[in-house]
Amino acid sequence: MSEETNARSMMKSELIERIARKQSHLAYKDVELAVKSLLEQMSNALSSGERIEIRGFGSFSLHYRPPRSGRNPKTGDSVSLPGKHVPHFKPGKELRERVNDSMKKE
Amino acid sequence: MALTKADMAESLYEELGLNKREAKELVELFFEEVRMALGDANHVKLSGFGNFVLRDKTERPGRNPKTGEEIPISARRVVTFRPGQKLKQRVEAYAGSQQ
Repeated sequence: MSEETNARSMMKSELIERIARKQSHLAYKDVELAVKSLLEQMSNALSSGERIEIRGFGSFSLHYRPPRSGRNPKTGDSVSLPGKHVPHFKPGKELRERVNDSMKKE
Repeated sequence: MALTKADMAESLYEELGLNKREAKELVELFFEEVRMALGDANHVKLSGFGNFVLRDKTERPGRNPKTGEEIPISARRVVTFRPGQKLKQRVEAYAGSQQ
């Protein structure tokens, strides 16, 4: 059994603000461009089949889903779905521990 | 080959004209802020990329794979990644080797 925690979310804009507050010598606009560049670099890597490895945070890789036959939900016709890759994230040890510790503090 | 923090800092230096120290600090801060938010029990939603979502798991029975001994797996909080629509579509188009 597992369920999504009833937590608030940090959105991209708040992440940019937090970084900008700690890098006060950089203009907010530069931090915004940098964060967008980082996410774009990560998306580019994954969409060209490259892994991402960040020590203490985790790694991103692709998992392959083999072809299968499915059904068109409207018509009920059987359709063959081609194989595809999906992004997968494996949290690193430090992130796993920090996340689990947050439950013990509650 | 894998993308690393050093590669990402190098791109910030080349693309945005940050100096090397600023670029390195920015990459460190980016991952540290996401990790801190998750460690403070917040989900993290990065539109266009994906969401890091926290889930609480109840205790369940487990086994020591070496000895076969039954030991409960304690209740825990885990982080999962749900890729966004845009990232999923881009990755689906990757026709490389089956991994």
